[in-house]
Amino acid sequence: MDPLRRSPSPCSSRPSSPKTPPCEMLGYVGIEAVLDQLKIKAMKMGFEFNIMVVGQSGLGKSTMVNTLFKSKVWKRTLPGLGMSTPQTLQLKSVTHVIEEKGVKLKLTVTDTPGFGDQINNDKCWDPILGYINEQYERYLQEEILITRQRHIPDTRVHCCVYFVPPTGHCLRPLDIEFLQRLCRTVNVVPVIARADSLTLEEREAFRRRIQQNLRTHCIEVYPQKSLDEDINDRILNSKIRDRIPFAVVGADQEHLVNGKCVLGRKTKWGIVEVENMAHCEFALLRDLLIRSHLQDLKDITHNVHYENYRVCRLNESHVLPRGPGWVNLAPTPPGPPATPRPSKACRRAHDNSENDEDY
Amino acid sequence: MEGWDFRGGFPIVRSGTPPGTHPADLALPRMWTKALDTHTQSFHKAPLSWWVEVLKCLEVGRPGAANRGGGDARKRKVGAGEWRTRCPGQEKDRGCAPSPNSSAGQRQRLVGCSSARDSEPDFEGAVSVGAPHPRNEELRNLSLSGHVGFDSLPDQLVNKSTSQGFCFNILCVGETGIGKSTLMDTLFNTKFESDPATHNEPGVRLKARSYELQESNVRLKLTIVDTVGFGDQINKDDSYKPIVEYIDAQFEAYLQEELKIKRSLFNYHDTRIHACLYFIAPTGHSLKSLDLVTMKKLDSKVNIIPIIAKADTIAKNELHKFKSKIMSELVSNGVQIYQFPTDEETVAEINATMSVHLPFAVVGSTEEVKIGNKMAKARQYPWGVVQVENENHCDFVKLREMLIRVNMEDLREQTHTRHYELYRRCKLEEMGFKDTDPDSKPFSLQETYEAKRNEFLGELQKKEEEMRQMFVMRVKEKEAELKEAEKELHEKFDLLKRTHQEEKKKVEDKKKELEEEVNNFQKKKAAAQLLQSQAQQSGAQQTKKDKDKKNASFT
Repeated sequence: MDPLRRSPSPCSSRPSSPKTPPCEMLGYVGIEAVLDQLKIKAMKMGFEFNIMVVGQSGLGKSTMVNTLFKSKVWKRTLPGLGMSTPQTLQLKSVTHVIEEKGVKLKLTVTDTPGFGDQINNDKCWDPILGYINEQYERYLQEEILITRQRHIPDTRVHCCVYFVPPTGHCLRPLDIEFLQRLCRTVNVVPVIARADSLTLEEREAFRRRIQQNLRTHCIEVYPQKSLDEDINDRILNSKIRDRIPFAVVGADQEHLVNGKCVLGRKTKWGIVEVENMAHCEFALLRDLLIRSHLQDLKDITHNVHYENYRVCRLNESHVLPRGPGWVNLAPTPPGPPATPRPSKACRRAHDNSENDEDY
Repeated sequence: MEGWDFRGGFPIVRSGTPPGTHPADLALPRMWTKALDTHTQSFHKAPLSWWVEVLKCLEVGRPGAANRGGGDARKRKVGAGEWRTRCPGQEKDRGCAPSPNSSAGQRQRLVGCSSARDSEPDFEGAVSVGAPHPRNEELRNLSLSGHVGFDSLPDQLVNKSTSQGFCFNILCVGETGIGKSTLMDTLFNTKFESDPATHNEPGVRLKARSYELQESNVRLKLTIVDTVGFGDQINKDDSYKPIVEYIDAQFEAYLQEELKIKRSLFNYHDTRIHACLYFIAPTGHSLKSLDLVTMKKLDSKVNIIPIIAKADTIAKNELHKFKSKIMSELVSNGVQIYQFPTDEETVAEINATMSVHLPFAVVGSTEEVKIGNKMAKARQYPWGVVQVENENHCDFVKLREMLIRVNMEDLREQTHTRHYELYRRCKLEEMGFKDTDPDSKPFSLQETYEAKRNEFLGELQKKEEEMRQMFVMRVKEKEAELKEAEKELHEKFDLLKRTHQEEKKKVEDKKKELEEEVNNFQKKKAAAQLLQSQAQQSGAQQTKKDKDKKNASFT
């Protein structure tokens, strides 16, 4: 950073709220150096990201995570090789630190083996919701301490990827129940798993039907329409919302295609390339989750979902929750507190008239 | 040896390249002495990767060289680049970070993030080799086999912050007329509207004004708080109080917002003071006692940056002595001024060199004077021109560097994580909250709240009772008074009545007497009249007789 850089950039005064008068700056001051400072600080601290994958076994969740982060996050789970499907839903988390070009990311992936695998799947979402709420609770406890840590470790689930089995028809009741409950507590991104079993037309039809289902049941998946801040966001997010759920294929083996080494699944009738947009939409999912909206996911979790949880929790017990030493003494609510439609704290006030514009 | 952290027996140092010290080149014992030498001599440190290679040679370290984390690409020294090529079997994008420890610990050592204790030099990318990691979960380092793409994370973060805009609040403390407003104008290259203050203020007042500045795509909400009337009174005992109260009020407002149930912290307009510029009068001797007292009161609440104002009145040699006198006075009085951070390697150098020049001697001016063939901000005197942006003339450029271009974010962070947390802790403890019981059981805030609530309710009830009793007593008293009065009145009435009766009787008696008298008189009158008429009658008879006699005689 050249400290004495004096490029005379034209600065315009920006009309602001009536209280703060805009000022015409007569020369370069160097305020924009604060962006560099921010970047340096962020790189030093490192980032955290917690992702949860939910879906029935055999849908390729672990493979998908491996493909997303291009590393062996999970060892391959082969059923029938001494690993029986668990009787009840368990949650397994694993944490890794990955680094790319100086940016360190502490990635936590939570898997849910056993989801939807039993004969009676009633309330199979409870452990998951309990886990998510427990993370919120943990953060809340840290936050209300008197002597707080400088940086509270963030274990809250930022994103939940829900794998929809590729039946080709529409969302099953289990999916609908789960999505309804979860989309109020966490950012949910539904994906069509194993999309190589559907042709392109079937995929489109399936996608439309799923979108219809989501609309009918008022399930708001990420990116939430009500949280769009300004017109640019809305345009960008509408494009994404149009393509949700993404039809993805996961693969962690490389094959040679046209002389290039690509990740893909080799079958007798061809090789399904993961990164090829014509074959599947994995690239879209990866871009959404990692390259463009990762910070947004974290922000929404912190500003909206966590705040909602906090409000409910404080209102319920009428006081701040118990002190440190997270012990399950107090009867914390088992699932999300029963509020029909908790109002999401809007990040910016925006006029609702443009809501139904282009969906 | 200070500054070294021995974990598991291996020194962990910061990155930096002593040239020509590849472990393969040196014999092991020499390597160690060389490293020790370099440390004791100067501030050079061995690169982390170098140490890892050392350990590899010793067959104790983790496989793979550690990547030097952090910092811009342009700041990477040549040595590290060499490193990359030498490390065996390493591809370009292979990111393998040394393991952090203690995920939920106090120092978030997330691969090289520093804890923010300012006096402890923290080490980036520390490899804790051979030491037990106190971590709760299993933390593996993964190697990526391709480009994932999260290196855009800092950009995402920056974009987010840019769209929200930044807040920066500066407090200027100094006597009237010392040049605070002019300096602010000069610093931010604008003309902030303000009238110069008078010297007649009865007390110190704080005046805050907010402005919105924009430069390229960065929006800055700048708030400048001025102390009006500082140092003007005859009795300056309480000069610092309004300032401390203002700072505390801003912390309080933030704390209230944080404690609310429905809160909106992400678009909260932060009014906490991030930097306090303390203007020292250019006497040339030493600090005034008012300055010392005020700074001592403020140092635990705000980042203080002392500056010497109107520095064009001090000659260069005097300035040097003045500066060292000021710094030694500050140190001997235990005033904690803001330390420019030296733990981040990109700014450590510049911060270290600038710290030497504290307090900055500044000159402010918004007028432009033609110098050479350019217009520059300067003050024109008959004996010369003092250029504001000339480093030989004054330290204005250094101040601008430090305050805005290098450390703005750090100032904000220190305010939030150190001063605000301290305030919050004190305030909550004052209110009676504790984290743990004396029995070291987790002390529940719920219980505290309940207890306090009951206490307050009890007090309230007691007060109510008291008031009620007093009310009853008063009423009784009043009643008794009234009764007394009534009795008195009755008595009076009786008395009056009696008197009236007596009077009446008297009057009646008199009346009777009078009547009797009248009667008597009437009687007497009647008797007298009768007598008179009798007398008259007898007289008339007599005369008639006489007349008859007379008449008879005539005949």
